[in-house]
Parts: sequence; structure tokens; C-alpha cells
Amino acid sequence: MATTHKYRVLIGKPGLDGHDRGAKFIARALRDAGFEVVYTGIRRSPEEIAAAAVQEDVDAVGLSSLSGAHIRLFPAVVEALVKAGAPDIPVLGGGVIPEEDIVTLKAAGIVEIFTPGTPIDTIITAYKDACAKKSSG
Amino acid sequence: MTIDRLLKGLKLRDPRAIGRAITLVENGDEKAQALLSALDEDLISRATILGITGPPGAGKSTLTNGIISELRQRKERIGIIAVDPSSPISGGAILGDRIRMMQHATDQDVVMRSMATRGRLGGLCATAGAAVRIMASSGCSTIIIETVGVGQSEMDIIRLADITLLVLAPGLGDDIQAMKAGLLEVADLMVVNKADCKGADILAMDLETVTRKGSTTPTQISMTVATEGKGITELLDCIAEVDSEHRDSGERQKRRRGAHDQEVLDWCLEILRPRLLAEITQKKMSLLGDPRLKAKEILKEK
Amino acid sequence: MPKDPKLAEWEENELAKSLNRFPERKEKFTNHGGEEIPRIVTPETIDDQYLDQLAFPGKYPYTRGVQPTMYRGRLWTMRQYAGFSTAAESNKRYRYLLEQGTSGLSVAFDLPTQIGYDSDDPMSLGEVGKVGVAIDSLADMETLFDQIPLGKVSTSMTINSPAAVLLAMYVAVGEKQGVAPENIKGTIQNDILKEYVARGTYIFPPKPSLRLITNIFQWCSQKTPAFNTISISGYHIREAGSTAVQEVAFTLANGCTYVQTALDAGMELDVFARRLAFFFNASSDLLEEVAKFRAARRLWARLMKERFGAKNPASLMLRFHTQTAGNTLTAQQIDNNIVRVTIQALAAVLGGTQSLHTNSKDEAHSLPTEESVRTALRTQQVLAHESGVADTIDPLAGSYYIEALTDKIEREALALINKIEESGGVVTCIEEGFIQRQIENAAYQYQLEIERGERIIVGMNKFKVEEEKKPPLLRVAPEVEKTQVAMLTELKNNRNNEQVAGLLTKLEAAAQGSENLMPYIYDCVKEYATLGEICNVLRKVFGEYKDRG
Repeated sequence: MATTHKYRVLIGKPGLDGHDRGAKFIARALRDAGFEVVYTGIRRSPEEIAAAAVQEDVDAVGLSSLSGAHIRLFPAVVEALVKAGAPDIPVLGGGVIPEEDIVTLKAAGIVEIFTPGTPIDTIITAYKDACAKKSSG
Repeated sequence: MTIDRLLKGLKLRDPRAIGRAITLVENGDEKAQALLSALDEDLISRATILGITGPPGAGKSTLTNGIISELRQRKERIGIIAVDPSSPISGGAILGDRIRMMQHATDQDVVMRSMATRGRLGGLCATAGAAVRIMASSGCSTIIIETVGVGQSEMDIIRLADITLLVLAPGLGDDIQAMKAGLLEVADLMVVNKADCKGADILAMDLETVTRKGSTTPTQISMTVATEGKGITELLDCIAEVDSEHRDSGERQKRRRGAHDQEVLDWCLEILRPRLLAEITQKKMSLLGDPRLKAKEILKEK
Repeated sequence: MPKDPKLAEWEENELAKSLNRFPERKEKFTNHGGEEIPRIVTPETIDDQYLDQLAFPGKYPYTRGVQPTMYRGRLWTMRQYAGFSTAAESNKRYRYLLEQGTSGLSVAFDLPTQIGYDSDDPMSLGEVGKVGVAIDSLADMETLFDQIPLGKVSTSMTINSPAAVLLAMYVAVGEKQGVAPENIKGTIQNDILKEYVARGTYIFPPKPSLRLITNIFQWCSQKTPAFNTISISGYHIREAGSTAVQEVAFTLANGCTYVQTALDAGMELDVFARRLAFFFNASSDLLEEVAKFRAARRLWARLMKERFGAKNPASLMLRFHTQTAGNTLTAQQIDNNIVRVTIQALAAVLGGTQSLHTNSKDEAHSLPTEESVRTALRTQQVLAHESGVADTIDPLAGSYYIEALTDKIEREALALINKIEESGGVVTCIEEGFIQRQIENAAYQYQLEIERGERIIVGMNKFKVEEEKKPPLLRVAPEVEKTQVAMLTELKNNRNNEQVAGLLTKLEAAAQGSENLMPYIYDCVKEYATLGEICNVLRKVFGEYKDRG
């Protein structure tokens, strides 16, 4: 068959932070790397993100937060995905996130955290790995 | 998930099952065949497929949102498929329609799926038809297909949809004249959105003479101001009228037959394309001579 | 050679008037050797081209500055943006900054406050007090300015969609302190157009938002004439990734839109235009930034004169605040950020800014610690008192490069402004996504250059090290949310709820009509209606803006 397998990723910003430059860049970069990116924009609740992720049956969810609310909101998205019956969809995140929070977030189930200055190739590889793991799992 | 689990999930309207089923079909998984053959044909034949097309800037997404809100008030279960083009270079895509529908994200009776064209020349992805059937099977009574509205995609939608809406708006330049006269003649209903703007009445007048191919009466025009939810109820009434006419006159069946046959043809071509391409490449024919004759030669050999 | 008559003319008129109002900071400005530093240097012979393009500070088209004495008369205001967690905590930081020599306050509000949600709203989860101070009602505002005399200190508030409410609260606090409204000085950002394209803290759609903005213009011109009613911002547009030309073009185009909106509402140009202020970014390309500020001043003066026919010189002057570019700060080797900020601050000063905020070195990690903020402030103080750049006016004028670049930026920005006009104006371009796409494309290109190593960011994609120590960071305690919620409950128990409900109903009715909403909001605020309660009423009437991606 001619239809090809593509990795699908949902990118969104939970909470009230409106700075979407980074999220938009990641979305474009993923597109240029061959991903299909469902971009859901700013001001999303964890429930909205999870519901959309399930409908779109994405292979990974990417979150962004620059307002310090990541510590509450990123784990909330993981929880919402579990509740929506999709505990297998990996969640990755980025933004202004202090190092000590990364440990906490990973313990809460976020697969990878990208801080400012992370090269885009590193980020894309991380998404590829996360999507591949999910597909085979 | 196994096919059985998925089919059960569709019956139960489980969002996860619906999402997984569409992915299977999109990725050309072998399990897809088994799934598609076991769908609820009754539900499929009863669902109404609404195609919404039109130039960028006409307000299609806003209108779609308005239609969804209204239908939800009537307790209907709705499916939406939004199609965006895949990048011919990277093969990836930005699926940017979902962002405009997020207010319905947690409503379980609004089943939305964003799809990329994935290299299909037509504009509409090859698997949209299958996705429609899966959604119908999960109980969606109305399924809306929306595309960007440039290029070949409108014709694909029109083929796939039971009823096609062409959404226009004043102030989009003189594209109406330049724009594919063919599109105007194939729509079942025309919507003049942003009806509160200057030029809306003139646009409506310009459209009054447009008649659908094969019809004797001019195509109906609805006026809406989608941002304010105005005109939506009336539009839905028009749609219901057209739907009813089509069912009575046999037009609906005729179109479904046409769509079905076309889709089978498309799949034939999809399946043959790589095989033929491999053969042609392998032959390393001389660059001289008429390509059409060469094609006939190759096919004669089949 | 004798002094050029044009220069003499300026000295006898604009300069003399200014010196009469207040003298320069020193009798004489001298260098290390005791020699006098000239106030301003011009070409020996002043021709028409000079007068047309540059002129003198405080004289149309203001390329060389809006005041005749610039920093010799008064240094730029050192205004450090600050605020976090509770009003009580922020109040401490403000009093610290005032002790350390800051000349004005600048309030940062948390995201729920900026978007009109109370701390107990479900949408506020995890966000309370994080990027600024949480203000739910007048009670919080009173705490915020405790022991801070509003008659003496001017305050800039970075608030947009609910600016009307916070402004009302500020004036009410002043009233309680016994300060007459006409003596209240400060600025509210109140620039909704840029929210839709770069910052994202919008609430209502464009039309009702513009109505609120003109309501504020009108109310303030009568009640608080010393208060700046809008800070038309390019900072965030640049932070979102635009180029320098786009920053100028989109900001000035927004400015023209506000002017037109006010005129359409029947206001008199030369009455409100003098209270328009601007806010720009100071990025790392020192020379381009200096040219950018000069180009912006000249372009605005010309637009106001030619397009709107402004007569009063005050209407033609582009006065602006600057912030050094946040998006240039790196999380790696954070001491390098001090160097970046210094260059950027220098650009702002050489460009003639009226007030300046310098970022702290640790802001790519978190909100700044007290120590980092102090260093940021010291950066400005060193520039002001040790570098000599404040002792002469527009020193880079006449440089071939700077003047050519100033001309180029003005030309290209004007072309972009005209393009927006032709495409239906700013609001249409926002609704169609034109402006957003321009910014996104520029941002994308820039980021690609960094990723490819074509653009070097020291410490990040070149000259890297293994990061040794972790910097001490400011953490906002999560209890802030609990504290705020508890205070809200108490507030609602102690106030006259019937009164509040009645006033909110009156506000709703007025919002449905076309009256000025400020008096209604002021009344609600004084009775301790919460920010969320007031904004929810307005949401009901105006609807909410939805981003279309």
C-alpha cells in the first residue's frame, strides 16, 4: 500500500502562558523532520490536551511552559492521559524549567525535559525515540 | 488493540478505539482490512457526510464551529475530519485546524481527526473515506470534512461528501470570477459568510445565477455571520432540505455509488502506482519517443 | 568658526525653555582631564538636510532625542520590572529597590491577574504568583503599595486586557493615601493589539478591547492627566522573533490604530496624543539598535504630523521605555548575560530612551534573585555615572553607518506600515494572521541560523563549558496559591456582597451600551469586587477572543 507510516505528535501549551515562539518553532522543526504535528496553541487545560491526543491518536505529546507552572501542569497532563485511557502516550516538555524540577517531572512520568539552548537535533531525536518506543511497546 | 477490541470499542464509542482504528487505516496496517470489512454498514449508510470548502479567509472553521455547536444542542453526535497538506519535501505536516476546534475537545460526541494528505496528489488523503466510515460506525450521524480549499482538494471532497457547502465571503478579492467556475457549479449550497460586511449583498447577487450542473433551479444561498452564530440555524434547515430532496430523488444513492466506484479506482491506482513505477524505472527506456505510446505498450503486456 | 545660526536659534529657544524648567545635573560636565564635554556636536555648517533629517534634541523630527537636554538634564528612569508571589512579598522588593536607588516602580502581575482570573479560578491552577504578583482585589493593591507614597513614586504597570481594573485600583489606593488623582504618575501598558500577535494575554476580541482603551484615554485625560495611558509595545513583538524593522513597523502601526480609534471616539488629538508612550526592546546588535530607536522617533513624528495633522509638539514626540532583550539570555554560563545586558543597555542609552529595565543574569532559569537584580541595576548606574555617555547628546549622530542604518530602518518600516494599511489595517491583518506569520517566519529563520551554527551564541552553540556550579535560584513557594485563595474567601466574607452584586449588574448594563466604563469599574473596585468578578461580567458581554493558529 502506498500509505506510509508517520509519527504524529501533539504540541500544546497548558496553562496561561502565552509565549508560543518556542512551541511554534518545535512544531515546524518536527514537520521538517517528517512528523505530522497537531498544534493546539496556548491556554489549554490538561484535559483538553489529553482528549485531543487520544482522538488524534498521537505517538507523543509535547508541552511548553515559560511561566513556572510546569511543576503543576505537566504532571496533570500525564494524569489526564492516564484517565483518558492512554497511559502509553509519552509526554515531553520544554521551557524555562530549573534543573531541580527536571527530577521531579521525570518522576511524575514526563519522559524528557528540554531547557533553553538545547539543540533542535537533540529534541527531534528524543521525539523519534519516544515515538518509536511507543509504537513497539 | 485487537480487531475485536477495536470493533467493540467503536460500538461503545470509545475515543481511544476510534483514534486507534483510524491510525491503523492511515498507516496501511494489514489489520485495517479486517477492521474495515466488519464495520456497521447500516450506520454508515444512514450518516450524512457534509463537505465544507471554500477559499482561505472565508471563515470555514468558524462556520464549522457554529454548525457543531448547533448540532450538539440538538444532541447529535458529530465527526469532523480536517485535512492539511503534507510537505512535499519532508513528508511532515502541520495539522493546524484542531486549534480552532479546541472548545469541543472534551465533548465526547464531537469526534475530530486531523489528517495530512501524505503525498496523495488529489489533495484529500486516500484514507479520508475510511475514516468517515469508522466515525459513522461509532455512531456519528453527521460527519463534516473540511479542507484548506485550494487546489484539487475541493473536487475530492465533493466526491466524498453527500452534500457540499461552498463558503465564500466578501472582500476576498475578485477571486470569485477567476476561481474555478467548476467549483461553483458543483456545490449543493453556497454560504455567504461575514454577511454583515460590505459587499456581502453584492456577492450574494452575483451568485444568484449559479446553478448546479444537472439541476434546473439555481443553487440556494445562505447568509451567515459565523463569528456571531447568525444564520446557522437557517443554514442547517437548508442542509436538511437538500438532504431530504437527495434521499427522495435517489441523488444520494447515485452519488454514493459514484464515490464508491471512484474510491475503488483510486485504490487500484494507489496499489498499481509503485509497481508500475518500479517496472518503468527498471526498463530504462530511451528518452526518445512518445511517452503515451510507451504506456500503452506496458499496459498491453498486462 | 562662528556658531551656526540654526544652532544658536535652538539654544535660545527650545534649550533655554528647558533649562528654565530645570537645570542640567551639573554646572559643567567634564572629562578626566577637566575639559568640558560639549552638550551636543553638530556639523559646522547646518544645512537643510540636517534640519530635515536630524534637527536638534527636542525639535521636530526628534531624531536626536525628545528633550533638549536629554540625560544632562535628567538621567533616564531606572525602572526595574519586578513582582512575584504575594503583594506583601512584592512590596518588600519594591521598598528594597527604592532604597537601592531605583527611580520608579514597575509592577509585574501574575498570569491569572493579567488574564482577569482570580487566584481561586480553575484556570489559575499552578500559575498564581509565578511570573508576577497576584492581585485579586483592591485589598491586595493596598498591600502592594504599603508605605510607598504614590504622590512621589511613579509606577508602571504591565497590564493589558484588564488594565482598566488595575488602573482603577491604583487610583483608589492613591485616594486612600490622600493623593489627588491629578498628581498620580505612572503608566499602564494597555496595548491589546500586540497581545494577539506576540504575548497572548488577551481576554476579549479586538473591538470591545479598543472600546475599553478609549474609555481609559478619556477618563484619564480628565481625572489623571499626568498618567500615561498606554505603552505601545514593540518589546514583545521582538521577543517573539521579529526583526528590528518589523518591531518598529508593527509597533507604530498599532500606535496609529490607537490614535485613529481615539479620534473616531471623538477625542481631540493634541489632548490625548501627548500621553501615548512606547516600549521597545534593546537587543544585542548595538549599532542596529541605536539606529532603530532614532528611526522610530523620526518616523513617529512624521506620521503624527503628516498623517494625523498633530500640531502640539508634545503629540509628535515618541517617548519610550526600553527593556534589554530577554530572548538573548542563555541558561549556560550565566555571567555572560551581564555582558549582554550591558551592551543592550548601552544601545538604549545611546538611542535616547526615557526609562530602562535591565534583565538579570539568571532569568533564563527563573525569576531573579535579589543579588542578580542589584547587579542589573548597577549596570545602569555604571553607565550613567562612569561611562560618560550620559554627558553629551546623541553622540553617534553623523556616523555614516548609523545615519545610513537609521534611514534604512525608517524607510523599510514605513513600507511595511503602508502594506498593513493597504491590506485593511492592523485589526484585519491580525484576524487574517498576516502579522503573526511575518513574526513567525522571522523567528524561524533566526532559530535555524542558530541551530546550523551560522549565528553564534556564546556559551550555547560555541565556547561551551561543562557547567560547574548551579546558580542559586529564586523559587516561588507553592503556598502562595493557598494563601491567596484563603484571603479571597476572607475578603468575600467581610465586604458588602449586596453592594458588590448591585454594582456588577450596573457594570453589565453599561457594557452593553456605549458609556465610558471606567466610573463603573472604579465603583466596583472600591467596594472590593474582585478582578475575576469584574472581568467575568465583561466576558459575558464582550465574549472571548479565540486564537486561530
